Amino acid sequence: MTLSQEIITIGMVVLGTALTRYLPFLLFPAGKPTPKYIQYLGKVLPGAVFGLLVIYSLRNVSLFSGSHGIPELLAVLAVVLLHLWKRQMLLSIAGGTILYMILVQMVF
Amino acid sequence: MSEKTKTLKKAFLCAFPHTIPIFAGFWFLGMTYGIYMNVSGFSFWYPMVMSLIIFAGSIEFVAVNMLLGAFNPLQALAMTLMINARHLFYGISMLDRFRGMGWKKIYLIFGMCDETFSINYTAEIPPDVDRGWFMFFVTLLNHFYWFFGATLGGIFGGLIHFSTEGLDFVVTAMFVVIFLEQWLKEKDHTSALAGLGISLLCLAAFGAENFILPAMAGILLALSFLRKPLEKGGMPL
Repeated sequence: MTLSQEIITIGMVVLGTALTRYLPFLLFPAGKPTPKYIQYLGKVLPGAVFGLLVIYSLRNVSLFSGSHGIPELLAVLAVVLLHLWKRQMLLSIAGGTILYMILVQMVF
Repeated sequence: MSEKTKTLKKAFLCAFPHTIPIFAGFWFLGMTYGIYMNVSGFSFWYPMVMSLIIFAGSIEFVAVNMLLGAFNPLQALAMTLMINARHLFYGISMLDRFRGMGWKKIYLIFGMCDETFSINYTAEIPPDVDRGWFMFFVTLLNHFYWFFGATLGGIFGGLIHFSTEGLDFVVTAMFVVIFLEQWLKEKDHTSALAGLGISLLCLAAFGAENFILPAMAGILLALSFLRKPLEKGGMPL
């Protein structure tokens, strides 16, 4: 690729990313009342989106090879238990991550 | 200190702790990305500029392959739209919250990656802290961590040897905590369960590379079908 082709390619990625972020705000500008259906989606979507993000961040875990997803399962469990116990965001995240690092570096 | 400086300082000090997990995750992931570009034969200028103007993790990794392949701008655009389609959901959820943010709104939308959205949506901002500046600093700090990691990785590339295997789990851990926080706050778990279940089904059916779009379609359909009961039974939020 020449430099200008590279710039165009990167430009396309910038444009595509910006489109997915700005589009809802362009379609439903602040000055006009947002349709009821979209308002409803705005309220119920986040719950589902956070579920999607959890699965998305675990998408490359393979259950049938390697460590069979056991370190991931244990570490997620640790995060959940720590969080239900102390409800300290940083503690839950750090605890789960450290456990995961020990598991993949020393155990599996 | 002027009133304005006080407001800014307060918002910054309130925002920073929320971004600490992202700091850990982004310098590591950003560095991985910079190193990946470095070993793919690109100068550090590439990850430096791209992390700054794209600011969306997964597509930047994919963009390395686009740059190495044949020139095809339309395919690059289509691929980006597909991988980043989930941002549409973030925008819809933030329509009300970004209202009246003035010029900051432009940057808040630009910088709305998965992690920034998650924090800005769920954080309980104290009433005496300016919401606009809080969200602005969360976005700015995350943007900086990513840029910082990517640039370092691009510069030092092959020199770095990792003993940090598994550190990238910090991002997963954060999403789990945010999901849990949302779960503890809401009365009705229909949407959360639909999100988890439909995504899991689609992942099993379509595989890691292709499951996002079907999962989004499934979630939209399910929530649309459930509109009446969900609106009647008191909304989760």
